[in-house]
Amino acid sequence: MTIKEIQQGIIDDFSMFDDWMDRYAMLIEMGKECPIIDEQYRNDQYLINGCQSRVWLHAELKDGKVYYTADSDAVITKGIINLLIKVFSGQTPEDILSADLSFLDEIGLKEHLSPTRSNGLLSMLKQMLLYAEAFAASTK
Amino acid sequence: MDINEIRKQFPVLDQQVYGKPLVYLDNAATTQKPLCVIERERDYYLHENCNIHRGVHYLSQMATEAYENARKTVARFINAPESHEIVFTRGTTESLNLLATSLGMLFFDGYRASIPSGCDDHGLSASPSGDASSVGRNDSIKILITAMEHHSNLVPWQQMVQRHGGELLVVPMDDNGVLDIQAYEELLKQRPQIVTMAHVSNTLATVNPIKEMIRLAHQYGALAVVDGAQSMAHLPIDVQDLDCDFFVFSGHKMYAPMGIGGLYGKTEWLEKMPPYQFGGEMVDTVSFEKTTFNKLPFKFEAGTPNVGAALGLETAINFIESFDRQEVAKHEDALLAAAIEGLSKIDGIRFIGQAPERSGLVSFIIDGIHPYDLGTIIDKMGVAVRTGHHCAEPVMTRFGIPGTVRASFAMYNTMEEVEVLVKAVTRASNMLR
Repeated sequence: MTIKEIQQGIIDDFSMFDDWMDRYAMLIEMGKECPIIDEQYRNDQYLINGCQSRVWLHAELKDGKVYYTADSDAVITKGIINLLIKVFSGQTPEDILSADLSFLDEIGLKEHLSPTRSNGLLSMLKQMLLYAEAFAASTK
Repeated sequence: MDINEIRKQFPVLDQQVYGKPLVYLDNAATTQKPLCVIERERDYYLHENCNIHRGVHYLSQMATEAYENARKTVARFINAPESHEIVFTRGTTESLNLLATSLGMLFFDGYRASIPSGCDDHGLSASPSGDASSVGRNDSIKILITAMEHHSNLVPWQQMVQRHGGELLVVPMDDNGVLDIQAYEELLKQRPQIVTMAHVSNTLATVNPIKEMIRLAHQYGALAVVDGAQSMAHLPIDVQDLDCDFFVFSGHKMYAPMGIGGLYGKTEWLEKMPPYQFGGEMVDTVSFEKTTFNKLPFKFEAGTPNVGAALGLETAINFIESFDRQEVAKHEDALLAAAIEGLSKIDGIRFIGQAPERSGLVSFIIDGIHPYDLGTIIDKMGVAVRTGHHCAEPVMTRFGIPGTVRASFAMYNTMEEVEVLVKAVTRASNMLR
């Protein structure tokens, strides 16, 4: 599936719920299903420190595609990480770098990626893109 | 005391967030401002705005008088003997930076030479050699703080001892968030020059026995600094009864505007302390070779002060004093007790800070739930609380937690709001488990 198709799937999933409580319940479930970072990478080198919650992120390139794993001590943060992982994992670095992220707006979660949230998510997104950039450069 | 009438003074409370009525329980971070305070500041800019102290014209004189009257009101509110013992600052943080910097210079940078002879040297002779001339030797510098300080009452002192060489001593606390007074006295025997402590902890709500701690500090020749950021709005302050050498506070946590606060200091110490910011207003005479400084309190107020906010602070004090303060305290204590009782029914809840004497706030975590998650969910229910380390990371480390959820109260909060808080936390914790 392309990034756009995956994003549309997420938008469809979220649009089933009118109530924000249900959306957050779904996000919490997604947090619990996040592809967890291997214990060996769960250290300071892979840590993205938000003021409120911490995020660990790792990425590897397999057959020209990027695969992310992560963890966070806060489950809502982890749910949003999993959303991004669902969108980005298994895609080529080039597709990741050119992806449009407006789907976060459509599902009403953009506030979590605001620079004022201090939950580490915005830095994590930047880190995801940095990984993609590094992989793109290494495969050229 | 009619809470509904009080709430009419705070228009900001009357709004919906995410379609729910706002329940504002983040008062330890900043309180809302009553109309009279907002009007006072507005009025200043509408009719009185002027730079103060130097102008010969009518407006300047009026503004100067108003500003100096505000200083007198602050002095009266905390029972300072003299209004020149009140220095206006931007708030607690600036007051503490002023103290750490200026006292650092006074004690450790050779400014000592300017101290009038015959003054008690407050522990300065307690350096290992017992010789006053050894002051300034790095091994003699000790600042005693407590384990529950806000970063604002930790980092300036830590930077001070790092700059001058020296040591930060820390009074430990127990699992309830109560300071170990015996350990405190033992640490005093190491002869710190300065002791600094929160009156009320911003994370644990502990009301510290500051009067006794100040007495002990003096007994061992140390200066005593009290951080009153969390106490000014809730407890009566009498700096003469406390006998503290310095008391610092923020206006915005006591219904006044942001950007104004104060430092009370005993005249004898303020006189000795060198200024730490320089410029207009704080000088007496200036030539290219030499500057002499203005008298108290002006030598510590470089530049144009926040006059409008100072007038707002005066109005906030009048506002607080327009109520029976004991009645207000009773109401706030009842809110706190109800919150603790309601929340304690939630499975896995753990209160961080269970001192017998607490004021203004409750801090907690729930097993297996990150404070950030809880705060995010109850925010959606209209409940504004603070989550995180509350600028007191060492406290979190002490309790082995990433942060807490903190609900803090002001006079305008209601029992209904406490019920909403309890319901919201209950619902959120069910969702997050």
